[in-house]
This record gives sequence, structure tokens and C-alpha cells, in this order.
Amino acid sequence: MRASVTAAAVRCDIAVIGAGPAGLAAATRAAEAGKAVHVLDEGLGPGGQIWRPARVASNNSAAEDWLARFRRSGAMLHHGAAVFEMHRLGAAWMIVAECGGSRLEVTAPQVILAVGARERFLPFPGWTLPGVLGNGGAQALVKQGWNVEGKRVVVAGSGPLLLPVAATLAKAGARVAVVAEQAPMSALRRLAPALALRPGKLWEAAGYRRAFTRCGARYRTGWWVERAIGSNTVAEVVLTDGRRRETLSCDLLCVSYGLVPNLELPRSIGVASRAGYVAVDDGQRTDVAGIFVAGEPCGIAGVDAALAEGQIAGLAAAGRPVEGSLRRARRRGRSLGAAMEAAFSLRPELLRPPEPTTIVCRCEDVTAGEIDPAWSARQAKLSCRAGMGPCQGRVCGPALENLFGFAPDTVRSPLQPVAFSTLLTSDSEN
Amino acid sequence: MTREPIERVRIQLDGAAVDVASVGSLAAALLNAGVASFRQSVRGEARGPLCGMGICMECRVVVDGVLRRACVEPLRDGMVVETR
Repeated sequence: MRASVTAAAVRCDIAVIGAGPAGLAAATRAAEAGKAVHVLDEGLGPGGQIWRPARVASNNSAAEDWLARFRRSGAMLHHGAAVFEMHRLGAAWMIVAECGGSRLEVTAPQVILAVGARERFLPFPGWTLPGVLGNGGAQALVKQGWNVEGKRVVVAGSGPLLLPVAATLAKAGARVAVVAEQAPMSALRRLAPALALRPGKLWEAAGYRRAFTRCGARYRTGWWVERAIGSNTVAEVVLTDGRRRETLSCDLLCVSYGLVPNLELPRSIGVASRAGYVAVDDGQRTDVAGIFVAGEPCGIAGVDAALAEGQIAGLAAAGRPVEGSLRRARRRGRSLGAAMEAAFSLRPELLRPPEPTTIVCRCEDVTAGEIDPAWSARQAKLSCRAGMGPCQGRVCGPALENLFGFAPDTVRSPLQPVAFSTLLTSDSEN
Repeated sequence: MTREPIERVRIQLDGAAVDVASVGSLAAALLNAGVASFRQSVRGEARGPLCGMGICMECRVVVDGVLRRACVEPLRDGMVVETR
């Protein structure tokens, strides 16, 4: 029996998954080259996480230029489309998504995966308390209209995201007390040569720093979160540098440790990864026929690299020559990304398993003490359900890899929780 | 920076009518309404939004009878929301 769920089917030359900078650039260049392009994105509008449509107008001209160019290009965007499956269909690929409560099937001989990255979370006592959020998470919620005026905030963790997040929160009226970066200053100083080649980035960082020091925040390097304390919501955070401890009262604790690429979709169709990232050639092609990958899944390198790689993938998929300037931009972005990764590498204190009572898998409430370090990720799933909950290991998976050395388990569809009616209704079967 | 004019919508939150500013997601509206705990975990602990981008599933609530991630759910007038 078919429920009242409707299904839509689309055929096109090139499908793009993800409408962040990489996906938009890929779709735009391919559509400008005359190809029929359909883009699927889970968000409420184009832009991805970094160019998330904000309630408060921003003056990001690169974002506005690309969004306008994308709209003119003729590429079709399906927003609110959560891709939960991809498989071969003859010589082409079929992408299956849930979109507005219905099933959407997009078939194309070539697919560009621009699926971005998410934040890395490392468990510590109290990290499951409401009011403890990711840095990007807090920023996203503020852009969605969360009012943080007057809230006392501690920003912690690691990576280049900490400064802009602290600036966003301060601008929105929050009282940012401390920004605690786990990397030592000596490591951050090594970034200077890479940044000197990109003066724009240096000015960006200086601007963020001014924005939050104006509100009285301290920037501390070599400090990290030991625990969060509270009953129903976070009330205090204990920071440490390994020798000293400092307890701060707070309403919000923003903490995350850089980004991890979203590899579930590429891995589900057999795309090989190397040292945690997808391996691609000069034209962003993977080792799987018809599949291109662009942006953060190829290496965390930020928006400039993503825009270059997206354009390269779009042009290559459309059979057009790739401008040398794009290859140079990709190289620059990649080398800055590599320098950042080295500078912000995680200190050994953070890579030790937390105390046994600390929850590591939030979906299933599995504690560190329940995990046997001799297991694999699969054994952890089977023995104590770590990684078996609704997020399917997207949060605890990278943490288990960092803390216990568990390599990621195999990925199968459905890649996202999806209604049975959507799973079972297929237009191509009608 | 220009702010949009603030419109308000009315939602049913755990059985009570609540007026909230018309913001970009249900999660932001619930936080603004003072909701800290969006759901109870397997062991009964309070949980709220973590990732803000639809990945962690911690902010899931029941919207008009269906489980939804509040951070990727648009806010609509008249929606019936239950925290768990």
C-alpha cells in the first residue's frame, strides 16, 4: 500500500549535494557551462553553515556575489532536502532524499559531493548539560534568532572558529568572559608565516579580536575545559592549563575542537579516504566513476579553498578547462589549511579517555567506563550501543576515534533518520 | 547592521499557548522562551541543542505529532510543540 506520500523524480546532467560555498561554486560553473544542474541541500536556504542565511543582515560581499551568481546560473536548488541514500542506476547515480515530507529522487551521470564538515566534540564531565554547545552551534543558533543578550559566556576548545564566534556573541550582547584555546601560543606563532602570505586573513583575525576584547574578554592559549558543572543547565566551568585551575560562572559554554569532514555519504558509495579525507585528482574526481568531491571533505581548508575546489569540480564535470588561477587558489587554501591543522593540533591531555563516569555517546548515554579500548567501533556498537543512536555516531564517532583509536565503522543507508513512508515510496517503481 | 521588524507568532508549547518572536528556527524560539531541556536522555537527563545544524539530534522535539530537529525546523504560527 502506498501512503499519501508523494514522490518526485528528476533527471539532470550534474547533481550537486550541498549548497555551501563549494556546492554553490560547483553548481554555478557547471550551469553557466550549459549543463542541467540540480542541487540538494538540507538547509532552509542556500549558503551552507558559513553563509547561513542570517536574521541579522551581514555585509559579506563574497557570499552575496556567489548567491546572486548562483541564482542567475539556472541551477535548480532543492532546499530542505536530506539525502539518505545514493546508489548506481545503470551508468548514472540515483540520489534519494526526503524533502518537505516527500521522497525526492535525482538521477545524474555525474555527482559533485560538497557535503562540508561538522564540529569535533570531545567528551568531558558535564558536556551533556543544556547550555553547553558547539561554537559553530551557538553561532548558528544566534543567526537563527537566539537572543543571547546579557548571557555570560565562556568560549573554549580549539581552532580558527573561536575568535569569530566570540565576536558574534559579543556583538549580540553576550558577556564573553574568556576565550580559551587549547593550543599553546608557541604553536600558534608558527602560523605567522602562512598568515603573512594571506594578509586578508590576518586582518580578519585582528577584527574579531578587537570585537571581543572591546567587551572585556580575555584570550588564553594553552587552557582547556576540564569539566562543566550544573544541575539542569550549565552554571560553572572549570578551565585548566594542566597545572592551575580556574572556575568561572557562566550561562553558556561554547566548546568544540575544530572540524571533522562529513564523510558518511562518500564512504557509503565506496569513495576512498586517505588520512581522514577524500582523495581527489586535479579535477576533484574521486576513484569512483562519476563522483567528484569538493571542499572540506578533501581537507579542512576553509571558504577560499572550498570556492576554488567547487569551481574546479563544476568545470571538470561539465567538461570545461579549469583556469590556472583556480588551481593556484586551491593550493594556497590547502597550504593554509595544513598550517592551521598543525598549529591547532590537539594536546595529549585532550586525547586521553575521560573519567569512567563521563558520557561519551550522548544518544545512548554510554559512559567512557563501558568502552573497552581493545574494541573496534563495530564491537562498541554491538556491546554497548555506542554510536547506535539517532545521530549514528556523527558526534561520538570522531571522539571514539580520538580517545580510543577506533577507526570509523562502515556506513550504510539510510544515512539519516527518515520516515518509513519516504523510505518505501519510490517513484521509479510506479 | 539592520534588524528585521520583530513579528510574533503563537505556538502551543507543552499544552500552553506561548507568544514568541518570529525567528529563524524552532530551536531559537524555544531557547528565547526559556526552554533549557528539549528532551530527556535515555537515562532521564536534560538535554538541549548542541550542534545547531541538524547533526546531533539533541534538540529533537515533537512537532504536530512528529519528531523533528528543532534547529532545522522553521517556526510556524500555530505549531504544536512538545518537549520530551
